[in-house]
Amino acid sequence: MPDKNRDTDFTYRLWRYDGAPGELIPLLQSAQDHFGYIPRRAIKYISTVTNIPESNIYGVITFYNQFRLQPMGEHQIKLCVGTACHVSRSKLLVETVQDELGIEVGGTTEDGIFTLFTVACLGCCSLAPVMMIDEETHGRLTPASVRKILRGIRRQAKQKNQDAQLRAS
Amino acid sequence: MRQVIVGMGTCGLSAGARETYNTLKDLLPDGSAGVAAAALSITGCIGMCYREPLVEVREDGRRTIYGEVKPDRAREIVEHHVLGGRVLDDYVVFSEDASGQTGGSEKDFLALQKRIVLRNCGFIDPESIAEYEAVGGYQALRKALFEMTPASIIEEVKQSGLRGRGGAGFPTGLKWGFAAGYKGERKYVVCNADEGDPGAFMDRSVLESDPHAVLEGMIICSRAIGASQGYIYCRAEYPLAIKRLTTAIAAARKAGYLGKNILGSGLDFDIKIKQGAGAFVCGEETALFASIEGERGMPRIRPPFPAEKGLWKMPTNNNNVETYANIPWILVHGAPAYAAYGTEKSRGTKVFALAGTVVRGGLAEVPMGTTINQLVFGIGGGIKDGKKFKAVQMGGPSGGCIPHTLGETPVDFENIPRTGAIMGSGGLIVMDETTCIVDIARFFLNFTQDESCGKCTFCRIGSLRMLEILERITSGEGRLEDVDKLKVLSERIKEASLCALGQTAPNPVLTSLRYFMDEVLVHINDKKCPAKVCGALVDYVIDPAKCTGCTLCAKACASNAITGKVKEVHVIDHALCIKCGKCITSCTFGAVYKD
Repeated sequence: MPDKNRDTDFTYRLWRYDGAPGELIPLLQSAQDHFGYIPRRAIKYISTVTNIPESNIYGVITFYNQFRLQPMGEHQIKLCVGTACHVSRSKLLVETVQDELGIEVGGTTEDGIFTLFTVACLGCCSLAPVMMIDEETHGRLTPASVRKILRGIRRQAKQKNQDAQLRAS
Repeated sequence: MRQVIVGMGTCGLSAGARETYNTLKDLLPDGSAGVAAAALSITGCIGMCYREPLVEVREDGRRTIYGEVKPDRAREIVEHHVLGGRVLDDYVVFSEDASGQTGGSEKDFLALQKRIVLRNCGFIDPESIAEYEAVGGYQALRKALFEMTPASIIEEVKQSGLRGRGGAGFPTGLKWGFAAGYKGERKYVVCNADEGDPGAFMDRSVLESDPHAVLEGMIICSRAIGASQGYIYCRAEYPLAIKRLTTAIAAARKAGYLGKNILGSGLDFDIKIKQGAGAFVCGEETALFASIEGERGMPRIRPPFPAEKGLWKMPTNNNNVETYANIPWILVHGAPAYAAYGTEKSRGTKVFALAGTVVRGGLAEVPMGTTINQLVFGIGGGIKDGKKFKAVQMGGPSGGCIPHTLGETPVDFENIPRTGAIMGSGGLIVMDETTCIVDIARFFLNFTQDESCGKCTFCRIGSLRMLEILERITSGEGRLEDVDKLKVLSERIKEASLCALGQTAPNPVLTSLRYFMDEVLVHINDKKCPAKVCGALVDYVIDPAKCTGCTLCAKACASNAITGKVKEVHVIDHALCIKCGKCITSCTFGAVYKD
């Protein structure tokens, strides 16, 4: 493991845990970074090392919006439903994404390409309505532009998977 | 020597500043022939979000800021201005020469502002401690360490009249005095950077654009109250802010501003960043402490107040980002200079995140007491698309909608609460006639109901009951007695909730009932939504001028209510329409609208 990742690396953090209070949330955050979500076994590891009962850890996980107990899709859509976006009809965009992908908020598409979340504010209110897909922000959206963006990403993802399969065979 | 500076805050990056930066980097490679006359650097948020990406050319005390700089425009600027020395007036949004003469198409945006908190935002490179020091950074800390006593620092902050910028407006000097007065094995300085209000991004911009100002404010506070450890509780959703804070803390440690024996003064103080995991209630200070301690973020009963028993039951001072960012300026310029701005009981300035249907949306810092109209029209440039100003929403889920008729209300800690809204942390959302107030009330209640931690029954269940009533009203099943029910529930929730989340949750509903009763009654009695927002109370119509007859809407329609031939205008049969809205989301031409 390269040194620069050490502070957030899950196994390193677990190993380094010295009983200092307040480490549960950072441990969960690095578990999620490591696995992409928080699997059952990560909860067990953390419980063993910290002596915090699994049920308490589960309680903390479900209290905060950031933590996921299910694996997420390849691309994460964060659709902003903050006040400025709401005023700019972001509800319409939620409906559009749901219709285009056939999933509910929090759900993942069958092909594992997309997971849809809504977030309270991405802080680019002057570009409202906005969504973020992975690290990229898309602003001033309309139902038509949302569909176009999603179809583009899906095409690329499928192409990539096909290429990978071809190489493997 | 010309400096080329790209605005790289989150707003800028969202608008494409990275691409602009890369283009400029290719055109201005370091030290290569022909461009020895120019240097490229970055800065944080300039505040004019609506014209991002922004690029500044700085030369001999003259600043020229260009707006909407995409790669093509960046090339033009390099060719004509950076290398050729000719200003491209058409693209200039703001300029200022050495004598203070200003120009540019957006100079009005900055004219009414007084930038204290944002003094360095968009001016210095947030990743360089040297640039912060060059504009007087850490001078206030030296003064606090070597020329002032803890008591005199607290007195200075008291005299400045600074009040907590997180929303509640508690006098900062008084708070520091309490924390200084209690004894403890350890003491803590906490910075609340869990900016959770939807529509507020002031703190994020400060952290991204001037992180050292916040650190300096916290270090000064540690000297004043005798703390040895600091925490910044920052939302994990602000990755850039966390990155820049981490860089700043490392640089400050290296320079001797943090750690053991700071600048040889004997003061020991260090700062850790704690990432919030996404819970609105953690903006409440006791819930925030619980979260730092690794628990579910649930508020505790006060008293004891944090000054006596806060984080890990030790005396703690907690302020928000903007409050700390004010401190260095106050110490350098003196309390009277700060108190000269603002109104009698609300001194200084306040940063607002101006958004919604306003022409110039962005970050603006104004003296307290500036009126709503000055903010919306003077700085914001009025309403987009020539529509009518209806209301401003202040204070987010804890605030309310202030109608346009109260536009002359001065924005300060006395006058805003009188309207039923609150100052809040600074989100100011402008709404026009196409915004439905009942829908906004439902929107905020949906938010608080979702974010209620569940500890107090009235907040947990009462807010759900209120939400159900509002959903009933917006879907055309409202009853007249619902209005009274909402009022009763509001009173109960306010009285019986432990923390500010519950105590203020009914505010958006109460202001709607107070100022927009007509609109509520039209929803209930006439089953109509005047703003044409509430889906069940409007008709879906196809605009013949925009319809191309592509048949997409007819295919999407769940109830076969849309008829029309290929390449001919389609029509919706209102008798068959179930108002599911699929036609709107499927139309590529924006031809379907609600009427």
